[in-house]
Amino acid sequence: MKKAAKRSSPKKRATTTRVSTGAIRKTPTHIPGFDYVAEGGIPTGRATLVAGSAGSGKTVFAAQFLSMGILEDDEPGVFVTFEEPPADLRRNVKAFGWDIEGWEKQGKWRFVDVSPDAHGPTPIVGQFDLGGLMARVTNAVEKTKAKRVALDTLSALIHAIPDPALLRTELFKIVAQLKEMGVTVLITAERPDDLGPITRNGVEEFVADNVIILRNSLADERRRRTVEILKFRGTAHKREEVTFTITQCGIVVLPLTSQELTQASTTLRIPSGISELDEMAGGGFFRDSVILISGATGTGKTLAVTQFMSGGLAGKDRCLLFAFEESRDQLIRNAEAWGMDYVKAEKTGRLKIVSQYPHSRSMEDHFVVMRDMINEYKPDRVAVDSLSALERVFNLRSFREFVISITALLKQKSITGVFTSTTATLLGGGSVTERHISTLTDSIILLRYVERDGRMARGLTILKMRGSLHDTSIREYTIDKKGMHIGPRFRGMSGILSGAMVPTTRRRGEDSGYSAEKQSEEWHDSWQTTEDMSSDE
Amino acid sequence: MSTPTFQLFVAGDSARSRAAEANFRRLAAERLQDRYELLVVDVMQDPDRAEEHRILTTPTLIKTTPTPMRRVTGDFGDFDTVMLALAINPSIRR
Repeated sequence: MKKAAKRSSPKKRATTTRVSTGAIRKTPTHIPGFDYVAEGGIPTGRATLVAGSAGSGKTVFAAQFLSMGILEDDEPGVFVTFEEPPADLRRNVKAFGWDIEGWEKQGKWRFVDVSPDAHGPTPIVGQFDLGGLMARVTNAVEKTKAKRVALDTLSALIHAIPDPALLRTELFKIVAQLKEMGVTVLITAERPDDLGPITRNGVEEFVADNVIILRNSLADERRRRTVEILKFRGTAHKREEVTFTITQCGIVVLPLTSQELTQASTTLRIPSGISELDEMAGGGFFRDSVILISGATGTGKTLAVTQFMSGGLAGKDRCLLFAFEESRDQLIRNAEAWGMDYVKAEKTGRLKIVSQYPHSRSMEDHFVVMRDMINEYKPDRVAVDSLSALERVFNLRSFREFVISITALLKQKSITGVFTSTTATLLGGGSVTERHISTLTDSIILLRYVERDGRMARGLTILKMRGSLHDTSIREYTIDKKGMHIGPRFRGMSGILSGAMVPTTRRRGEDSGYSAEKQSEEWHDSWQTTEDMSSDE
Repeated sequence: MSTPTFQLFVAGDSARSRAAEANFRRLAAERLQDRYELLVVDVMQDPDRAEEHRILTTPTLIKTTPTPMRRVTGDFGDFDTVMLALAINPSIRR
């Protein structure tokens, strides 16, 4: 029920997700994937410590916690910064699309600036306490009506207050005060290294109820970022170390199952624009799902995208098409040949075609441009034709991060996404794109050439569809002026997906379709294996 | 030379707050011939001023004039160290 509530309006969501499963409520961080691991979020009204070595992503975590609180739940936040000056933070997180300055003007975000100034630490003569900090933090919480407070990085305080015992009691007072005010507190602390004690002086652990560890370790000559929930007092959470990446959307946690990131959280189905395909999918595709269409050149990927767009326009959807392979004019001409008037559709304001060269920008910039357009245009459907055009230009790592980012963005906004991927070989085979992003998409549709009786036929199958039963058979389809027509499944044939079909030896009393089905099953199985492998990295 | 001006930030009417103010006034009487201006700010009452001056610890004393601006935190029992921290040179004063 938590999932179902996720897509409702921000305010409603804030209350519905807070339904307690015991004595302790959770506040969703809305950090993609994290709430799945944390089973709902971090405990509400308590202090949670996020500890990690330098560069492990603590500050991003803290800033994201507050930003998502504002964006998703309309909950104001206070950011107490002990290390980075506010100006630096505002600038640094802008790349993730978080407009701190704007939120400050709206009174939704407030900094308490405790970053070191030019004067250095204040000389100490006699007894003192952290009364100044206490007054400033409580004042900021009261003025903004904050529900979330981040203290980043508490470890920096030890320079101003060299006595750990004093620091401990003073921080305890502040955190206790915040908890009494009902805010959820996130404290970051620097670990000396990825192993050993959680924090240098044990101060931060003392004041926190819960501990999350971020690691940035070097394994097999590759950086691997992981997050682990060490303890959540009196509440459930997953126990393993889970990989995360820092993308253009901020932190994205990737639980091995990728469930949280990609699981369709709505049961609302939408038409794909190809009615036979909707039937195969069990009545259409999920509203906030991401679909990958893979096929060799000429198998009809762009056509499928065109039909997906007209399917949206036939309803009340706003559609946005990012084209990386063909120019605008070409796209319009192609669509015209299939009876789709893109120019007219654009005039109604419900379609927007953006054609770009993959080479024109860096991967990050591509993402930022696309994100801004999505935010501005507010589409219900987004198509990227093709993803593989981007893959060819960039290295795999940044490509994968790009796909994760765009997928996370679409899901966050409940947009249906269709990505296309071109396979390198005409017959059979997969593409790098598929292998690397198959775990991230909800559905995969394969379009394949099939040699049959000395001519080229085309075969289609839904390889996977999360959260739904679907037709697993391999169906023949044809393309004419009206678009794609999916026919019956291949019968009495095997080897379809490898591209070279051979007739199945008929056995008495057996359905001739058996082998084609078995083929498809085998394919599904082998795919599952590659999927598992790719999600391990 | 203008009168030295100070701001003393304290947190509430605590024993520590009172001790800090009393100690400073005694120091001023002894070492500044009582020629000074002092504004006492309770950070609980006026947190915005505490924010503006980025007060972390209390009590904190800020010398605003003459420049350079200096600050010191504690209850100011040790006058010599306070004078040093505030960069007030006893030989210059008249």
